[in-house]
Amino acid sequence: MAPFFVLSLVPSAVIRPDADTLLEIVDLQARVEDKPILKGVNLTIKAGEIHAVMGRNGSGKSTLSKVLAGHPAYTVTGGSVRYRGADLLDLEPEQRARLGLFLGFQYPVEIPGVSNLEFLRVSTNARRLEKGEEELDTFAFEDLVRERLEVVQMDPAFLDRSVNEGFSGGEKKRNEILQMALLDPVVAILDETDSGLDIDALRIVAGGVNHLASPENATLLITHYQRLLDVITPDYVHVMAGGRILRTGGKELALELEDRGYDWVDQELAVLEVA
Amino acid sequence: MVASIPSTGAVAATTWVTSFLQQLPAPSGEMEAVQWRGREALSRQPLPSRRQEDWRFTDLAPLTALAPAFEQTTSPLPSSWPEPAADVLRLRLDAPGDPLTGQSLPAGLSLLSSEEVQQALGHTLATCNCEQHWPVELNQATATRVLALRVSGAVATTLELVSEATGDGVLRPVRVLLLLEEKASLDVLQVQLGAGASLSSLVLEAHLGRESQLRHGLLALGEGPACLLAHLAVEQEPRSRLESVWASHGWALSRFEPRVVQVDGEATTNLKALQLADGQQLVDTHSRVEFRGPEGQLDQLHKAIADDRGRSVFNGAVKVPRAAQRTKAAQLSRNLLLSSQARIDTKPELEIVADDVRCAHGATVSRLQTDELFYLQSRGLSAAVAAGLLKRGFCEEVLRTLPGAAVAWSPLQRLLGEG
Repeated sequence: MAPFFVLSLVPSAVIRPDADTLLEIVDLQARVEDKPILKGVNLTIKAGEIHAVMGRNGSGKSTLSKVLAGHPAYTVTGGSVRYRGADLLDLEPEQRARLGLFLGFQYPVEIPGVSNLEFLRVSTNARRLEKGEEELDTFAFEDLVRERLEVVQMDPAFLDRSVNEGFSGGEKKRNEILQMALLDPVVAILDETDSGLDIDALRIVAGGVNHLASPENATLLITHYQRLLDVITPDYVHVMAGGRILRTGGKELALELEDRGYDWVDQELAVLEVA
Repeated sequence: MVASIPSTGAVAATTWVTSFLQQLPAPSGEMEAVQWRGREALSRQPLPSRRQEDWRFTDLAPLTALAPAFEQTTSPLPSSWPEPAADVLRLRLDAPGDPLTGQSLPAGLSLLSSEEVQQALGHTLATCNCEQHWPVELNQATATRVLALRVSGAVATTLELVSEATGDGVLRPVRVLLLLEEKASLDVLQVQLGAGASLSSLVLEAHLGRESQLRHGLLALGEGPACLLAHLAVEQEPRSRLESVWASHGWALSRFEPRVVQVDGEATTNLKALQLADGQQLVDTHSRVEFRGPEGQLDQLHKAIADDRGRSVFNGAVKVPRAAQRTKAAQLSRNLLLSSQARIDTKPELEIVADDVRCAHGATVSRLQTDELFYLQSRGLSAAVAAGLLKRGFCEEVLRTLPGAAVAWSPLQRLLGEG
C-alpha cells in the first residue's frame, strides 16, 4: 500500500532564513542500555522559532529531550548536536543548562527537604554567572522571583515548600515554567508540558511559554496532543516515529494528526524501514 | 580436653573495664549508692560482646582504644557555643557543682527533693527493662549527680542541657530525670559535644503523666576519637505525647538507645533520628518501643548517611503484646550509602501478638537518586553541588523537627561540617 504522504525530512519552507541557528541536530542516534531509541534524528532550530514534536508513546520524543539535556542513562551512539556553534554532546548537563538549554520535565522530580526558593536561587545564579551577570542575594532574588511568579500565576507559598514535594501535577508544571522564566533560556525544550493539566492550568502554562518566547530564543514542544498547539502556535510541526522525524510541516500537520490519528505514520514508518 | 582460651578481644575488654573501674574516684555525694551498684555491676559484667545479639554489629574497639584512665574535668567554656535565645534556659551539665547555681527555674519547673529522687531514680529504667544495660551501668557507675526536675503545667521556656567533653581522658557522665505531671508540657534540647579521646555517657529518664507532652531533642556532635553512649528511657501514661529527635555525627563510636514503654497504651510516640557516619565512624541506634495497653501510636523515622568507611547500624524493636489491641505503629528506615566501602545495617524487629493492629515498617538503602541529581544538574548545578543539596535535603527532614532552640546551634552546618 502506498504511503499517504510523500516522505519529507526537511522543513517545507524556511520561515526565518536570516535568524541565527541555535540548535542543529544531525543524524542523532542514541540508546538506553542496549536498546537503540533514536535512529537518526535531524532537526534545525533557529532563533525566534517554536517547534513541536509529536508522536506516539515510544516514538523517541522524550528520549530526544533527555539526550539533548544530557541525561546519564542515555548513550549517544552517532550523529552530532551543535548548540550555538558548540558541540553540545561534549558538555555536562549543568554546562548545557548554564549556557541556556532548558528542559521542562514531563515528570518533575520531588526533592524532599530542599527548599524550592533556595533551589531556584542557586540555579538562577548559576545561569546568571554564565551570562556575566551578578549573583543575586536572597533579598534581590525574592524580588525577582515574586515578579516572575506572575507569569505562571503561582502562589508564593510554593516557594517555601520543598522542591515539587506534594505539588499537584499542575503545580509541578507551573514550577517548571517558573524555572524557565527565571533561567531565561535560549532554547527551551518542554517535554509533555501539557500532560496532566486541566484546561485552565494548560492556558496558564501556555500563557507563560508564549510570554517568554522572543525573537532571540526558541522553543521545542514535545506533545501528544493538538490541544497544546491551540494555545501555543508552532512554526513547525514534526512527526516522530521509530526514533526518527518522519515528517515536518506547519501547524496544519498537527491538525491532520488530530483528525486522522497516527496509523498513517505507522505505515510510512513501515515503508521507510523496508526501504 | 583442651581448655578454652579467651580471645584476645575478651581479655582486652575485661582488662579495660577493670582498669576503668580502678581509676575512678571513690563514690560520694547524692549518687554514692547508685555509683556503688553500677560499679559492682560493671565488675561482674565486662564489655558487651559481639556475640550478644544486641551488639552484633557494634565493634567497641573505638571505646577500648581510649585509655581507661579518665577524669571528670571541666572543659573551658568554648567560644563556639551560641547565645541562647530569650525563651531558652541553658543549664551546663559539664561543670562542677550545681548547674542551677545563679539560675532560677521558670514557672512549671521545680527540683525534686532528695527523697523524691531516691524514690523515682531508676523507676523508668526498670519499667523499660534496661536498668542493667551496660551503657546504663556505665553511667550509674560514674555519674556524681542527677538533674532531677518535676514539670507542672505548660512550661513556656525551653530547657537546654549542654555538656561538652573536650580533651583526652575526659569522662562526661550526664544523668537527667524528668517527671511530667498530668497535662504538663516541656521542650528539652540536649546538646552533647565531644572531642579528643573522651567518653560521654548520657542517661535521661522521663515519666510522662496522663495528657502530658515532652518534646525532646538531642544534638550530638563529636570529633576525632570521642565516643558517646546515650540512653533515653521514657514511660508514657495514656494520652501523653513524646516527640524525640536525635541527630548525630562525628563520633568514633556512638550508640543511641531510645527505650519507650506506653504503660497502658493510648499514648503517642514520635521518634525521629538522623545519624551520619564517615571516616571510620560507627554509629548505632538500638531503639525499642513497647505497648502495654491498647490504642497506642508510634511514628518512627530513622535516617542515616554512611560515607567513606563509615558504618551505620539501626535496630528498631517494636513490641505489641496481646494487650495492645488497636495499636498503630509505623517505622521507616531510610539510608543513603555514599561510598562502596561504607556499610549500613538496618533491621526492623516487630514482635506483634495482638491481632487487631496496624503496624507498618519499611527500610530503604540507596545511593543518591540519578533522576534527582539530573534534575538539579539540568538547572545548572554541578554534580557536587547537587549531591550536597540532596544530602542537606535528606537531613533537613529530621532536623527541622528538633526543638526550636536547636536553630541557634546551626545543626545542619555542624552535622555536615560546613563550619
